[in-house]
Amino acid sequence: MILTYIETRDNKIKKASLEALSEAGRIAAELKTEAAAAIVGTGKEGLTAELAACGAAKVYLLENAAFDQYSTQDYAAALADLVKKTGPSAVFFSATSMGKDLSPRLAARLGVGVASECTQVAVKDGQIEFTRPVFAGKALLSFRLTSSPQIVSLRPNVFPLAQAAGAGELIKEAAEVPASPATGRVTEILQERGGEMDVTEADIIISGGRGMKGPENFGLLKEISELIPRSAVGASRSAVDSGWIGHQHQVGQTGKTVSPNLYMAFGISGAIQHLAGMSSSKVIVAVNKDPDAPIFKLADFGVVGDLFQVIPPLKEELKKLRS
Amino acid sequence: MNILVFVKRVPDTESKIKINQETNSIVEEGLNFVLSPYDEYAMEEALRIRESKGGKVVAVTVGRDESLVILRKCLAMGADEAVLIKDPLPETYDGLRTARIIARYVQAKFADAGLLLFGKQSVGADNSQVPSMVAEFLGIGQANVVVKLEVEGETATALREVEGAQEKISLTLPAVVSAQKGLNDPRYETLKGIMMAKKKEIPVVTIEELGLKPDELATQVAIVRMDLPPSRQAGRVVTGPPEETARQLADYLHNEAKVI
Repeated sequence: MILTYIETRDNKIKKASLEALSEAGRIAAELKTEAAAAIVGTGKEGLTAELAACGAAKVYLLENAAFDQYSTQDYAAALADLVKKTGPSAVFFSATSMGKDLSPRLAARLGVGVASECTQVAVKDGQIEFTRPVFAGKALLSFRLTSSPQIVSLRPNVFPLAQAAGAGELIKEAAEVPASPATGRVTEILQERGGEMDVTEADIIISGGRGMKGPENFGLLKEISELIPRSAVGASRSAVDSGWIGHQHQVGQTGKTVSPNLYMAFGISGAIQHLAGMSSSKVIVAVNKDPDAPIFKLADFGVVGDLFQVIPPLKEELKKLRS
Repeated sequence: MNILVFVKRVPDTESKIKINQETNSIVEEGLNFVLSPYDEYAMEEALRIRESKGGKVVAVTVGRDESLVILRKCLAMGADEAVLIKDPLPETYDGLRTARIIARYVQAKFADAGLLLFGKQSVGADNSQVPSMVAEFLGIGQANVVVKLEVEGETATALREVEGAQEKISLTLPAVVSAQKGLNDPRYETLKGIMMAKKKEIPVVTIEELGLKPDELATQVAIVRMDLPPSRQAGRVVTGPPEETARQLADYLHNEAKVI
């Protein structure tokens, strides 16, 4: 069995978790075993059908009201107990904030290695081979894990969703809270940024660099983003270091590595550390005044021109497409 | 309170990476190596806590002699001590092995440490594994990707960055905290600091001394190969009146690339 940890927010399943479950299902089929899902918390019974539709033959519900508040220690302990009870050959996570926090803690508890933020998973000679970007995507490392179960996290927005026809068996497990209380626990979630979409989750990223000239002009990118569902505003390191926009928007080697369907670069020349973080985007377009900007060497479509003159008519075109 | 800061030597972010296909590793020759950027935030935070609460800041790395230079930087920034845990292996990309070495070192030498600070990931292996694993091995709490940290007596409150929000985490010390950009503005070394750092002795601890068994030191990561990412081809580039190029761009996005 391959187990996938399912993350929920406001009782909705995160898309990235469904992607991980979908890939787990494909790998499980190749290994002639089944895919299962694990959810932690209470009141999650209603989510079974959606998980079955992505290939889960079984859904384990680790129920305990104490788990409604996230603690890495408690969640890792509950998952480790489930792993010991059910003996999966691999546990898949999505490499979200929670997945990256939880998967190594579970792995250490089980004394095994982790394949972090993989962008490719394949079965070769009956064994799983992982490929993941290193140096923010300047190189790709392919490897196997010698320990079992294999703990794996998958980069969001890379793996397609599966369509399965199955009912999915719901199995409730009364998960125990560890005897020693957790010494680290989430007490509050602050959504002061209005819960805006993160660049790592967005299908489309509208990104600005030094060519944006100042913080006030990032509003132009926000206006484009408002016209496009599941989009987010990104930024280059120089824009962030100039204080024009928060660092959580930064794409590149000291920011986030992203693989959206579309990356739109406005006034970004294309420093090596930036290109590393976004060159695995499916489609890249760039608008830049400088015809020699390195970004044009990898853009699928480039506009040489003043972004302040191109954005207003572009917005009108996008509005037309929307209606 | 003693604060341990775990740091790593990595190629700077402007580096072009080349691969040695025989060894499946990066070509180190010609690269400029630096203290991993996120570790600078961890160092700075440690120094600030020491300045307000007292105690000692110790910078620790696991690596070969080449890593001494980043420990000197930590000393120049203001660390009281620096320690090299000497590991003969080159990069293993295996967080578990590194975490075992670090956890054993802490148990053996600094069981009284109040805070273990890390960068949220090394810029290179990009694993984000070691802080959480060390916390598990030591049985203590963790807060990763932290943009604000307040230490108060035996507890700390951390703000951790998650997708579109921040989580407030309450920790009982000792705890592991990993730093994200935004936590602080790291200071530059002063000339005086650099001169003092040159004179300081950096003790070396071998992994044999830590008494780890061979199976604990075996790497879990069996590398099959290392490649450069597929190179992208430059596409079409248009120029002309903005209304025209904007229309062409929208047309490309909608009709050709079919992404909007």
